[in-house]
Amino acid sequence: MTVPQTPAAGTPAPIPFVPGTRCGTMDPAAAHSAAGSATAAPAPSRRAGAGTHGLPVAAPERGDRLAALRTGELGSVHSWELVTAVDGPGTRLTVFLSGCPLRCLYCHNPDTLAMKDGQPVTADELLGRVRRYVPVFRATGGGITLSGGEVLMQPAFAARVLRGATEMGVHTTLDTSGFLGANATDTMLDDTDLVLLDVKSGDPETYRRVTGRDLEPTLRFGRRLAERGLDGHGPEVWVRFVLVPGLTDDAENVEKIAAYTAELNRIRPGTVTRVEVLPFHQMGRDKWDALGRTYELADTQPPTPELTERVREQFRSHGLTTY
Amino acid sequence: MTSVAEVRGSGADAPDSVHVAAWEGFTDGPWRDQVDVRDFIQRNYTPYRGDGEFLAGPTERTNGIWGRLTAMFPAERAKGVYDVDPHTPATITAHAPGYIDRENELIVGLQTDAPLKRAIMPNGGWRMVEGALETYGYDVDPDLRKVFTEYRKTHNQGVFDTYPPAVRAARSSHVITGLPDAYGRGRIIGDYRRVALYGVDALVAAKRLDRAALDMQPASESVLRDREENAEQTRALGELAEMAASYGYDIRRPAATAREAVQWLYFAYLGAVKEQNGAAMSLGRTSTFLDVYLQRDLDAGTITESQAQELVDDFVIKLRIVRFLRTPEYDALFSGDPTWVTETIGGLGEDGRPLVTRTSFRYLQTLYNLGPAPEPNMTVLWSPELPQGFKDYCARVSIDTSAVQYESDELIRSRWGDDAAIACCVSPMRVGKQMQFFGARVNLAKTLLYAINGGRDEITGKQVSPAVAPVTGDVLEFDDVMARFDATMDWLAATYVEALNCIHWSHDRYAYERLEMALHDQDVLRTMACGIAGLSVAADSLSAIRYATVRPVRDERGIVVDYVTEGEFPTFGNDDDRVDDIAVDLVERFMAKVRRHPTYRDAVPTQSVLTITSNVVYGKSTGNTPDGRRLGEPFAPGANPMNGRDTHGLLASALSVAKLPYAESQDGISLTSTVVPASLGRTGEEQTANLAGLLDAYIGSNGYHMNVNVLNRETLLDAMENPENYPQLTIRVSGYAVNFVRLTREQQLDVLSRTFHGAV
Repeated sequence: MTVPQTPAAGTPAPIPFVPGTRCGTMDPAAAHSAAGSATAAPAPSRRAGAGTHGLPVAAPERGDRLAALRTGELGSVHSWELVTAVDGPGTRLTVFLSGCPLRCLYCHNPDTLAMKDGQPVTADELLGRVRRYVPVFRATGGGITLSGGEVLMQPAFAARVLRGATEMGVHTTLDTSGFLGANATDTMLDDTDLVLLDVKSGDPETYRRVTGRDLEPTLRFGRRLAERGLDGHGPEVWVRFVLVPGLTDDAENVEKIAAYTAELNRIRPGTVTRVEVLPFHQMGRDKWDALGRTYELADTQPPTPELTERVREQFRSHGLTTY
Repeated sequence: MTSVAEVRGSGADAPDSVHVAAWEGFTDGPWRDQVDVRDFIQRNYTPYRGDGEFLAGPTERTNGIWGRLTAMFPAERAKGVYDVDPHTPATITAHAPGYIDRENELIVGLQTDAPLKRAIMPNGGWRMVEGALETYGYDVDPDLRKVFTEYRKTHNQGVFDTYPPAVRAARSSHVITGLPDAYGRGRIIGDYRRVALYGVDALVAAKRLDRAALDMQPASESVLRDREENAEQTRALGELAEMAASYGYDIRRPAATAREAVQWLYFAYLGAVKEQNGAAMSLGRTSTFLDVYLQRDLDAGTITESQAQELVDDFVIKLRIVRFLRTPEYDALFSGDPTWVTETIGGLGEDGRPLVTRTSFRYLQTLYNLGPAPEPNMTVLWSPELPQGFKDYCARVSIDTSAVQYESDELIRSRWGDDAAIACCVSPMRVGKQMQFFGARVNLAKTLLYAINGGRDEITGKQVSPAVAPVTGDVLEFDDVMARFDATMDWLAATYVEALNCIHWSHDRYAYERLEMALHDQDVLRTMACGIAGLSVAADSLSAIRYATVRPVRDERGIVVDYVTEGEFPTFGNDDDRVDDIAVDLVERFMAKVRRHPTYRDAVPTQSVLTITSNVVYGKSTGNTPDGRRLGEPFAPGANPMNGRDTHGLLASALSVAKLPYAESQDGISLTSTVVPASLGRTGEEQTANLAGLLDAYIGSNGYHMNVNVLNRETLLDAMENPENYPQLTIRVSGYAVNFVRLTREQQLDVLSRTFHGAV
């Protein structure tokens, strides 16, 4: 991270990255972490978030850079973290890639939206860090999670990292909205053990309202994941849903996701092993302000425990293990 | 060597038949012929590889006794002390027997004649006693004042008779602080198990044999000291037996039952805390030893599981109410009223068998039966090879109580063997065979500022370390600053070891721990336990100087009082070698400098990276630092990364700390981590597995120590507002635990400012 410059007048406010969260999803647990950082490190930082410290940042010429990004030798990385229990099983190296095609109203890390804002990191450097943590993954039953932003904005880079990690025997996870599912090659999915599929709404209209995009690609991607498993190589899937009162909480909207999730398990029993309902939280608010964007959910309250429980029950009634 | 066989054969008071009866059913070995508790344990303990299902809850009797005490705690908290005996300087036998509930106590013995009544222990220093009495509204006995100021010299006087001016200057500028020059040094663990296994008579006889050997040597200063100490030790053992007799027990013979074993062991420990107000009065490694007795009685059907747990619960109740009379300043330094009754649990034996027994579980179970508490300081020696059932149980207890700390069994066993215990927070030592000269610590961050300012204090402007030309120029150059820092550390190490030599010379003379040392071998390994504070501040500051641009800001005295730092720099706690290597270098560098100086009694120099909770106090007396930390802002505790700068998750933070080499920090490296419960997983099972996995990963990566707090920030905020609702809220701070509601507001805020790993 970048710290403690002596504060000077007129410097912009800090933009704390909310660790352990992927674009659009938010675990209330993470709130404490961000609050802890904010009180202890009041100084402004030029680059948002936990950053890429520890990963050597590559600095190729522009032309070379574009070529390397195309081949996947180079990725645009927002930050990395070692986290437990939030981005898949065990302790994981979660890498947040920069760039996202969606514009979710509740996005908690709007600082990961633009690919150009990331730091250039080569796949080899990242894999060096994966190798360093192999004993940690072994001890905790963890692995690597590629998150974002939207990981499938950089499919060639993701594919290289997933291949390298798989060769090391490391458990791999993709955290994605599925909107760019078509970018994922079959080879890439062969190297993926778990997909965290963020289904942001079940109703296409609501999905568009929340993300500005179509729902269908996500549904298609999920079915593809289930079908791939029919020959025995399909990844495990966790479905995630962010519950926002007044936006995504409509019973029918939820019902559609639940039914869809159950459908995946009909295509291939055991595809979806858990559903996580993530209550909306106001943690990302300051970032929107700092980035000069309009935040539409300024007055939205987190869901009540009753509402959250109602939604979880809707999923459970479809026989889904839900948290 | 202490020989029990000769004791038995020599017609000493303990006849052979008594030993045989008490030891019935035990497997023979060298332990029968000489004092060797480890050998006894190894030949007789039953490893337990299962889970916590067998454990029993509290009985009505246990709840009754604990209830009586908890009803007294609010008054104690309000006043600072419950009661004091201001007239009786404490010795092992000074006070009449005391009870909490005489009819119902299974294990008896109190420090004075009533629970929570504190004794005065003036041998450390009279001023501390007088200050404490005045604070709490007790009259100072003029006769006692006369005795301890005119007739009887104290440790404190002795130290100041020997301190040279350089030490006094370094001490008053706070570049060296927390020195045990006005209070008991502590951190000595008597092998209290010996009393249970052998009885006092056999131990006295063994000391007499040692004496005979000493008498054969021609008198030299060290031989005379050894003889005098041996006489004091023998006398203390006699007084111990006398004290036990006043409670109706004959501990001159070995313990014959589990209840006696617990009672004998507790009497031995009680004798120590009746007489010594040491900074840390640790218990040792007793659970698996006692398990041999408990298992024997369980097998014989003379006790049930519930009764076994009751004995442990009753023992732990006693350990929870150990009290010392201290001044508010002392309590401010150490956060609350800690006694560091550290008990070391678990680990593996050298033969690979786990040293985990059912009683290891029973000790931890007291945190449920009696509720969480900071004392005794439950310390688990962790190895990835421990049985899964025990690992899961420990993790569960941490999640539920935040009252457990973990230390690397791998590092400790490989250096100190499998019968080592932790004194205080992180200091390992072979029980009964090793002691340390506790040395508090130096302030490395302030030392860096002295290096920049040519030895002048950045706050007072006084010349403290030798005068050299201060840094010139507009930008700090890494090589220049490092060379100056290195030279200032040379001075610091010399001054520091000098101070410690004075202190321990004096402590041995005027406040000798005669009972604790009576429960040691004649020949012990002594370490000179130095320490450093402010490591992460110093490392981050040097990182700023190297990787960013740091411009010094000078005041009208020409002293650099602030820094303008431009650009980015890596900070300690993110598993980034660029800065972690700086921290490693500082640890190695200072240790090498300490080793150059001769030590009192040829003690082996060691060092710790530990602050206790004085990170707040150290921060207060340290000016602005180049890393952006402001004057007065607390340091991070122990070896912790600075609060909020470890942004890549708990394990990344821990892996930075794990790089600090234990070989150059043999007195321990402390890391305190706080995680939010929900962040460990969705289900209880998941949380347990994840925490155990994190500990495996950290210890497996050469991590030495981790305090694990599993807490929500909201809980602490609510406890600050409504302390009455949280009488037992326990949090781990720096190698030990405290009662959160007993911290000062400043300390509470410091805890809140620490990084809460929401996503570990």
